[in-house]
Amino acid sequence: EMSVTEMFSNIQEYLSADQDVREDIRKVVQVLEQTAREILTVLQSVHQPSGFKDIPSKCLKARELFCTVRNHLGDLKTKFPAEQYYRFHEHWRFVLQRVTFLAAFVVYLEGETLVTREEVAGILGIEVDREKGFHLDIEDYLSGILTLASELSRLAVNSVTAGDYTRPLRISHFINELDSGFRLLNLKNDPLRKRYDGLKYDVKKIEEVVYDLSIRGLAKEQEGASTGDQ
Amino acid sequence: MSRKEGDGSFRKRRQDYTPTHKMEDQDDGTNTTSAVMAAFKSFQLELDTKHDKYERLVKLSRDITIESKRTIFLLHRVTSVPGVAEVLAESEVKLDGVRLKIKQIAEELRGQDLHQYHRAFTPGIQEYVEAISFQHFIKERALISLEEINKKLIFVKDNTKEAEGTSSESIQESREGAVYFQVTPTDYLLGIADLTGELMRMCINSVGNGDIDTPFQLSQFLRQIYDGFSYIGNTGPYEVSKKLYTLKQSLGKVEDACYTLRVRGSEIPTHMLADVFTTRAALIDPDEGIS
Repeated sequence: EMSVTEMFSNIQEYLSADQDVREDIRKVVQVLEQTAREILTVLQSVHQPSGFKDIPSKCLKARELFCTVRNHLGDLKTKFPAEQYYRFHEHWRFVLQRVTFLAAFVVYLEGETLVTREEVAGILGIEVDREKGFHLDIEDYLSGILTLASELSRLAVNSVTAGDYTRPLRISHFINELDSGFRLLNLKNDPLRKRYDGLKYDVKKIEEVVYDLSIRGLAKEQEGASTGDQ
Repeated sequence: MSRKEGDGSFRKRRQDYTPTHKMEDQDDGTNTTSAVMAAFKSFQLELDTKHDKYERLVKLSRDITIESKRTIFLLHRVTSVPGVAEVLAESEVKLDGVRLKIKQIAEELRGQDLHQYHRAFTPGIQEYVEAISFQHFIKERALISLEEINKKLIFVKDNTKEAEGTSSESIQESREGAVYFQVTPTDYLLGIADLTGELMRMCINSVGNGDIDTPFQLSQFLRQIYDGFSYIGNTGPYEVSKKLYTLKQSLGKVEDACYTLRVRGSEIPTHMLADVFTTRAALIDPDEGIS
């Protein structure tokens, strides 16, 4: 028969252990956030006029930094029991969405395609299925993709400034596709839903850019030229 | 302004979900963008499955809450009824019903990460902890431990199978098929914190029955629990420290009651003491009865 004091001290032990685990996780997440910022800095430079010229080299640099991300995530995995992912999810949720966005951005810049969940998991060195270990939650993946959409609407604006008139058309097509995709989802009234509500503003902004180009005949001219080349 | 806009778009979108867009999507899908659309269709399925499970768990949690509250209400009758055993037996039946619902939660969570859906069922589980610990206190005058609670939440998956065969093989099978639910230490703490409110009410009620011993037992018991919570202090989750304040209030009320009993018990006849307490109780907690 346990006394009340014993019961509470048992629980206190559990709570202390829990806090220790959280502290360990926070430390890893901190360095992960640092690396994510470095990758962002590398990729941000594509918005500058000179940046459009050497997109491939920036992507390569980012890919290198993703090795570090993989190491950090490998470290993170060891900090808690695998089956308790969602108990600590909140600690890495934000940064995982961020690196998902960065991976999606790199993949877009390289081949102008939408990164699949499997590809992101591959780049980050994690799993897609919960059963297999540390994984990429579907809502975090979708959230990262929505960040990509707003980054691309910005890229559309800046590519016009840099004299690249065809890119906004391609971005427009890409984002419209994303929009149709998201419209298939029955989102609950949750954070992802709020993020999705912002997508329409990105769509609108890109449409404006495309409109500006087309009324001035800028888009057509270049499009004609590029198809002529092929 | 942005909030207003958000609300507006929410309504619009809700209507938009149905047919018109679906057709548009199908057009897109068959033409150029099949890979992306196919991916999103599988996301739709995955999200819907998850949300459905969540909703089922919320519903179970609500049922558990309601039945547990009723059990607590029933248990409060022990202070005014001669046959304690009868009330306890009835509460046991009710709690068995609650446990069947918890078994359903356990079945929903089979193969899942318990923490992914925790928010869906935590209110119900806390209420159950409150009910069973209240029952346990009435029976044993002691605090039920987390281990004892969890021990009652191990279920054999299929009862018929167990009844059918007595061979070792079938017993093995039923053991493998056992589902169990584990109350987390945090839910336990939150449930116990709520228990103290019930104990305070029980203390006030028991005087009405001319029971002079129970208030003193209760004040001692509440002090032990309060000391336990103080020991945990702010190392626990935020919700626990929030409840510590209410707990202190409950303890204060019970201690005051015992004080009054000691000081005035020798002066006033018992039936009049009850009047003193009922007016006190009415003054202290006008809204306590709801929760």
